[in-house]
Amino acid sequence: MKITRQDVENVALLSRLEMTAEELEAYSGQLNAILEYVDVLNKLDTTGIEPTAHVLQLKNVMRPDEVKPSLPQELALSNAPEAEDGYFKVPKVMEG
Amino acid sequence: MELFKHTIHALHERLTKKEISAVELAKSVIARTDAVEPQIRSYITETREQALAQAAAVDAKITRGEVIAPLAGIPGALKDNICTKGIKTTCASKILANFIPPYDATVVDRLAAQNAVLTGKANCDEFAMGGSTENSGFFVTHNPWDTARVPGGSSGGSASSVAAGQAIWALGSDTGGSIRQPAAYCGNVGLKPTYGRVSRYGLVAYASSLDQIGPITRDVTDSALVLNAIAGYDAKDSTSINAEAPDYTKALVQDVKGLKIGLPKEYFGAGIQPEVAAAIKWAVDQLTAMGAEVKEVSLPHTEYALPAYYLIAPAEASSNLARFDGVGFGHRALGSDIIDMYKKTRSEGFGPEVKRRIMLGTYALSSGYYDAYYLKALQVRTLVKQDFDKAFDEVDILITPTAPTTAFKIGELSDPLAMYLQDVCTIPINLAGLPGISIPCGFVAGLPVGMQIIGKPLAEATIIQAAYAFEQANDYHTRFAPLGEV
Repeated sequence: MKITRQDVENVALLSRLEMTAEELEAYSGQLNAILEYVDVLNKLDTTGIEPTAHVLQLKNVMRPDEVKPSLPQELALSNAPEAEDGYFKVPKVMEG
Repeated sequence: MELFKHTIHALHERLTKKEISAVELAKSVIARTDAVEPQIRSYITETREQALAQAAAVDAKITRGEVIAPLAGIPGALKDNICTKGIKTTCASKILANFIPPYDATVVDRLAAQNAVLTGKANCDEFAMGGSTENSGFFVTHNPWDTARVPGGSSGGSASSVAAGQAIWALGSDTGGSIRQPAAYCGNVGLKPTYGRVSRYGLVAYASSLDQIGPITRDVTDSALVLNAIAGYDAKDSTSINAEAPDYTKALVQDVKGLKIGLPKEYFGAGIQPEVAAAIKWAVDQLTAMGAEVKEVSLPHTEYALPAYYLIAPAEASSNLARFDGVGFGHRALGSDIIDMYKKTRSEGFGPEVKRRIMLGTYALSSGYYDAYYLKALQVRTLVKQDFDKAFDEVDILITPTAPTTAFKIGELSDPLAMYLQDVCTIPINLAGLPGISIPCGFVAGLPVGMQIIGKPLAEATIIQAAYAFEQANDYHTRFAPLGEV
């Protein structure tokens, strides 16, 4: 086993996912099967090989800092599950 | 022949000659959808009223004697992960079931500039994660060549709509084969452009370093026409390539004399259905007879591409999908505090495959595992890309099967890993950022086989020319799906 049930619980928490006991069990098995499969990568010696995060030579694209038209507030909020006074509204974040 | 069965270029000619009207054409496609949608289920959202209004506007242009663009008045479908202003865009996910984008994707703007007609938003695997459209959060789409089988995925609804006559063309997105594989399964032409050739602005991100939008069409000419409409630099996408897009219809030349074709031996071995491999080799023999030169080449790291992809793509997905938190848009569940709200929202909103990939990606990126999994996969990506660079020193194009088998049955691949293996021929191309096109090149037991032609970066014209030469010497592109069970 590469990944324990405790690992899966931790990953679910990091992923902000809630899991039933059955789901934890099922995902443990499936993630283990996938991780065992990707283990084939360890057959390759990659010492000194540069990683490729992106195929293009990315560089920052700059533009003048000018005010341009943007989404009006009501459109930006139009899909919000809850909004109030022009703000997104969320459950309380801090105690007290 | 009914209007809904025609190609873009044939319909454009008839529109400009005033033999048909755009409204008549839109009505033909709508009536066809009425007839076949219960069997096929291509669409999450249909946009009939808008389509008829767009068509009427094109007819008015024609009446006024104005020159119309190649896609003007021609009905097409968009994969439901491409944002459309004022039209629901769900990514086939319950978490976005009611999301109405406040803006259009750049490709949508470009299609509108040509006065293309939008038929609706096509079903797909949830957030484009899958190879069968069975992972849609809403319903399963059926293959028009055999309705007991999958249309492929993730752009399954895009491919099925074109194959069933519910759209003349469609756009899909391709992260690991999601345009080419469904096009192969449904007997269509599917083109994944070079990474950066088509703007991703307004495409809901799955794996940002791999995603590309591209056309699914009935023939190669239509593929070039749609690519002409959508390709080119876009300041709104920081990964857009700042190079002018050529007129791809100039590549529609039936000539492959002296073209050097490489057959990578790793793509014809174990795991490939022998009849599929035979169909590809038969097609390559035809190209040889037309004057192309063929040689075997090796891409030695091919077997490592799939496992590398299934670390890289989920890692990027786990980060991209963090935005679905019930705050700015999409589904929100009630929670006792904000963390509880996040967890309940995401658990209710995401389906099992999406959760699996988020967890896999989160694990691969987490402290203690980053070097062993994610970094290792990125190094392997370098080796995969170098394989292609070396091969392209010797040849102009590479030819492989698009998928290891023809379309499989709905429910047949229940194990996630078995489903992942379906992408084995297409994923390396995304890792290397190359253009690839799938065209029909034969049938096995009544099901279409797709041939994949891979080109150098930005060499879409070369793969279009090779595809066109093969297509014009055969009649596969003229066949129409029977819409029954084989």
